[in-house]
Amino acid sequence: MADHSKANASVHPSEAEGVARELLVLNNRSLGWITDRICGIVENRQPFIWWVLFVPSVCGFLCLLFSLVYLVSTGVGVWGMNHPVAWGWDIVNFVFWIGIGHAGTLISAILFLTRQKWRTSVNRASEAMTIFAVMCAGIFPGFHVGRFWMVWFLAPIPNSNAIWQNFKSPLLWDVFAVSTYFTVSVLFWYIGLIPDLATLRDRAKGLAKRLYGFFALGWRGGNRQWRHYEMAYLILAALSTPLVLSVHAVVSFDFATSVVPGWHTTIFPPYFVAGAIFGGFAMVLTLMLPVRKLYGLEDLITAKHIDNMAKIILLTGTIVGYAYIMELFISYYSANAFETDAFHLRILSGPYTWAYYCMFFCNVIAPQVFWFKWSRHNLWVVFLIVNLVNAGMWFERFVIIPTSLARDFLPGQWGYYSASWVEKLLFTGSFGMFMMLFLLFLRFLPVIAISEVKGVLPESDPHYPDWKHLREKRRVSSK
Amino acid sequence: MSNPTSSPNELFGYVAEFPSATDLYHAAEKVRDAGFRRWDVHTPYPVHGMDHAMGLGKSWLSALVLCGGVTGSLTALALQFFTQVSLYPTVVQDKPTNLFTIPAFFPVTFELTILFSAFATLIGLFALIMLPRWNHPLFNSPLFSKFSNDGFLLVIEARDPKFKREKTKELLSEIGAGKIEEVIY
Repeated sequence: MADHSKANASVHPSEAEGVARELLVLNNRSLGWITDRICGIVENRQPFIWWVLFVPSVCGFLCLLFSLVYLVSTGVGVWGMNHPVAWGWDIVNFVFWIGIGHAGTLISAILFLTRQKWRTSVNRASEAMTIFAVMCAGIFPGFHVGRFWMVWFLAPIPNSNAIWQNFKSPLLWDVFAVSTYFTVSVLFWYIGLIPDLATLRDRAKGLAKRLYGFFALGWRGGNRQWRHYEMAYLILAALSTPLVLSVHAVVSFDFATSVVPGWHTTIFPPYFVAGAIFGGFAMVLTLMLPVRKLYGLEDLITAKHIDNMAKIILLTGTIVGYAYIMELFISYYSANAFETDAFHLRILSGPYTWAYYCMFFCNVIAPQVFWFKWSRHNLWVVFLIVNLVNAGMWFERFVIIPTSLARDFLPGQWGYYSASWVEKLLFTGSFGMFMMLFLLFLRFLPVIAISEVKGVLPESDPHYPDWKHLREKRRVSSK
Repeated sequence: MSNPTSSPNELFGYVAEFPSATDLYHAAEKVRDAGFRRWDVHTPYPVHGMDHAMGLGKSWLSALVLCGGVTGSLTALALQFFTQVSLYPTVVQDKPTNLFTIPAFFPVTFELTILFSAFATLIGLFALIMLPRWNHPLFNSPLFSKFSNDGFLLVIEARDPKFKREKTKELLSEIGAGKIEEVIY
């Protein structure tokens, strides 16, 4: 008989004999507690700080709208781009936001396929983060074309000019990849939401009940529905996995298929994908650390979850560091004078070396502190490091894109690029839009996947032998 | 599906509540063995092994998704060959526009395969679970709404050929049901 006095520690009672596996939900919470806590966020008034964050986010969103209108009405010359740097903050921001989105899909899909049950507390919020990040990302390639009203030329539909798109171009592959990624992410997120919307529906009254009920589609939780639902979830996870690997690879092809020194390298697809996962996990933690504190979700998003995510950040950050060093080595080993010079300029003598060292410190040096357990469990350290990583990943895209263009083949073509106020306002505005959408998501939808978290409780397993004692303990402790 | 000519007080079936997933699992095995066909268990999350306890097989949604994926691949290849090779050959840097262009066509083909598979998953799922269906007799039962919170429910419909008004209720009590409610249309 397992020793139940130890059940207060995070040890699964039926495994007290072998290797102890930490519990995913602390303090013996019941199914009803989980429902109440998560639905309570949506049903009760928001804390004051929600408004403190929401109002500036809306202002940021309005700045975004203003800068887009100003751009389209005045012309793309209001941005700082010019020959030779034709791609600046616009494409840097595009790749930055798409990269952030990838962690959501990784948590939902890849961690599902590898049967990591701890994903259930963070997958809903990270999938929502993915969708909002891809929405922010899509603004930049759409508007950077200059004549925004001609963006429909990218769609393969018959037109009166009898012109078809160039399907051999990575820029078009991007259009297909990013739209597919957005659509599949929305589908996956929505299908995951259906049972939770039913939970909200069953608790709500009036207009809220009708709205949640409409989107819950009449879900009844029957096993005859769950078995097809579980198959659909598995299939979408299996589809999303190659999708997340391919989408950022296709984005990297925008650079890798060109001839610009510093861009034309085969390491880009895996390097970009690892970097995207790295930056995305950092953004997930940036969002989840405050949310769990503000809404009292520490029993659901536990220290174990944060520990696991910090380890993934350490792993992917080290892969990114390897890629940086490999790039430098290959630039020397390739015996290509332009490639060698590109990296010499990047790290030693060019105009943007400050950006390179910011990037290297934030992405490679800073996360190394996660080797030590105390740092993964100290939430302030985690919060600091993940924000450094967010900044570092932006700098990485900056180092790749304008730096390489500013110093390409002919010295007569060299130039310096700095962003104009319109670009800076647009970038700030995209953060405002992202925060606004995420706060609205917190307000109206369940931030944690209710049915999934219930499914990983120890007593959810019908072969769990000790549920009676567990229920007794809960009844005793609540007296 | 509700019988359109049913009278307002006709019995739809019974909803029985069980105290835990384990009890529900064992009860489901007994209901399966008793030969019922029109019944289901309603839980807040999918219970592991319940398909076996109910005598159900594997979901064939995957076959529909495969059809969707193959359609996506063929559509993408047809689109690209038709536009780049046949209708308006797009010669870029003297590279060929014929069968040898397939490597360049791969990314779009891959993405459309996944896109069409995802749509097939969505539509196939809705078709197989017969949703959206916003109206159902079970929503009339207050006990039933516990399924989305912490209830473990077993529902047997009156339409089932083995259903007998009193005997089925006794069977449910025997296999461990707590509260049993009648659901009226």
